[in-house]
Amino acid sequence: MIGATDKRGAWSARAVVLVPYLWLVIFFLIPFLIVLKISLSHTAIAQPPYEPVLDPAAGLEGLKAFFRALSFENYIFIASDWLYLSSYLKSLEIAAVSTLLLLVIGFPLAYGIARAPRRWQPALFLLVVLPFWTSFLIRIYAWINILQREGLLNQVLLALGIVETPPAWLSTDTAVYIGIVYSYLPFMVLPIYATLEKMDDTLIEAATDLGCPRWKAFWLVTLPLSLPGVVAGALLCFIPIVGEFVIPDLLGGSQTMMIGQTLWTEFFANKDWPVAAAVAVVLLCLLVVPIVIYQQMQARDLAGGR
Amino acid sequence: MNSVSPDIGRKAGGGRRKFAPWADPAARPLVRFEGVSKRFSGTAAVDGVSLDIFEGEFFALLGPSGCGKTTLLRMLAGLETPEAGRILLDGQDLAPVPPYRRPINMMFQSYALFPHLTVAGNVAFGLKQEGLPKPEIAARVAEMLALVKLEGFGARKPHQLSGGQRQRVALARSLVKHPRVLLLDEPLAALDKKLRGETQFELMHLRERLGLTFVIVTHDQQEAMTVADRIGVMNHGRLIQVATPPEIYEQPNSRWVADFIGEVNLIEGKVVAAGATATTVASARAGTLRASSAGDAKPGDTVWVALRPEKVRITREPPATAGENAVAGQVMDIGYLGDLSIYKVRLDDGFVMKAAAANLTRLIERPIGWDDRVWLSWLPDAGVVLTR
Repeated sequence: MIGATDKRGAWSARAVVLVPYLWLVIFFLIPFLIVLKISLSHTAIAQPPYEPVLDPAAGLEGLKAFFRALSFENYIFIASDWLYLSSYLKSLEIAAVSTLLLLVIGFPLAYGIARAPRRWQPALFLLVVLPFWTSFLIRIYAWINILQREGLLNQVLLALGIVETPPAWLSTDTAVYIGIVYSYLPFMVLPIYATLEKMDDTLIEAATDLGCPRWKAFWLVTLPLSLPGVVAGALLCFIPIVGEFVIPDLLGGSQTMMIGQTLWTEFFANKDWPVAAAVAVVLLCLLVVPIVIYQQMQARDLAGGR
Repeated sequence: MNSVSPDIGRKAGGGRRKFAPWADPAARPLVRFEGVSKRFSGTAAVDGVSLDIFEGEFFALLGPSGCGKTTLLRMLAGLETPEAGRILLDGQDLAPVPPYRRPINMMFQSYALFPHLTVAGNVAFGLKQEGLPKPEIAARVAEMLALVKLEGFGARKPHQLSGGQRQRVALARSLVKHPRVLLLDEPLAALDKKLRGETQFELMHLRERLGLTFVIVTHDQQEAMTVADRIGVMNHGRLIQVATPPEIYEQPNSRWVADFIGEVNLIEGKVVAAGATATTVASARAGTLRASSAGDAKPGDTVWVALRPEKVRITREPPATAGENAVAGQVMDIGYLGDLSIYKVRLDDGFVMKAAAANLTRLIERPIGWDDRVWLSWLPDAGVVLTR
């Protein structure tokens, strides 16, 4: 009797674990395999299906023929055309620089909130998250308004006499950086704040007591202990920024194509799905590296009990 | 239970060395508090404290939580700034010295071990700040870890240690710089009772070996009694009494101290006759009592006779000895503690007194039971006459 319920219990426990895996298989693995297959195919006339098509009726021979017909030509094409390589590099560059900027702005912000009086912290915390109350697109359109030639930014700069002639902000890398840093700031601030907030203040006192001036205690204790938050924030920003499409499309110029834009162009303008799929697969492989690093760090944190 | 023999640990130590610089008017204190005050949001945490602590002394600040003892300790460490008064170390005002330059180290109640550093890294932290050469740091860390019996644990992280081991790392870290004064903020509060007792004796031995000055903050009177040369009892930010453990216990200066340290019977009365060696007190509850000298109390003054339960004898027959104080009553409660039993006795007019008796035999049925008619008796010098 007990054995039976035990078995049933074990089975239901396994079923619970199965649900997220099932989800991943249906909504991630299968679509990914489809994309992977498309990336290895070549275009037939007009829309899908693409060549080769697996013919189940042909049996094992059909399967062999199918695999023989798959080719890496799209990947070779991507590698040989400077356009794709430069978009990848541009994406990585913009993501790296933005992440650095976000760190420089986000860390002091998170530190300030964590050091603020307890009763202020919820309000300050809310201010960081508040932009999420408005639609992301609307906020980016607002930036277009601010950054355009007759926009708010130039009016202020002219009024203050900082510039003589209004510079063009829109359609530059600067505009992309402003948009990205603005949009991603909460993702940098929140994880850093979370690690700083649970840090024990007596650690700093102990460091001071042991002969460390305040600034050095920050360097030797606060910073190393906030590192998990810094890494989490950096990866939370870096990974999606690499694939960012909307911000560079709306704020950036046509001379800077990030990989998201290239992907969009291949899919919707050129309608070359196999090449687009290959671009997507390469992007995914690029991003797997930081994701794995992030997951390993999290696993280590869990194992460390901290 | 605390009241059995408060000076149990002192006898050995006190017998070995005569150490009483506070009684020597020529002795220069190592640490001197001069009218030190500090308030937190309006309320006084420390209120006009003046206190001398001497080189090599083990001083305990004892009081209920929130009495200001930790604040006083933190001001000595430099983690809080006094609003009034001065703190001197070796006759030098500490006010302009930042905490990281004071030759004073502190062991924190939470231990405050750096979680990102190893045990050795934690102990070495203070030495690295001094810029000592690496081999010397390594040697001193090894020496300290050996002292606290943690050899071989140097490479572990704090979260891989037990509570008792963490406490030792914190102790080693605060000792490694050879501070002039070591401050201990409730150092044993997180340990279980047995380990706490052992560690108390280890602390005493450590102090004797290193010859350092220790200041410990504790709310545990037994702990203060065990380890300290002198105890400063604090309440509401003020020092109420500073004295050796036997003095604090046997000669409290107020009802509050008598009541805070151990168990006590407080019998209110009026002085009938005051002499140089004896006082007669008329009490409404227990009749006319003879007690030791009341100091400056005059006939007619209201006083309290403080009487420790273990100094009260409990018998079934009226005591035969003349000159003893004796009252009759009925046993209303017995607390059996194993080594002794605490009897709560209701006197005929309803006043309740406590008496403690050692359980000298192995009888399961004690000779005195519930509702028994008993006599409580005590010698005139067993009670202290308190005027406040």
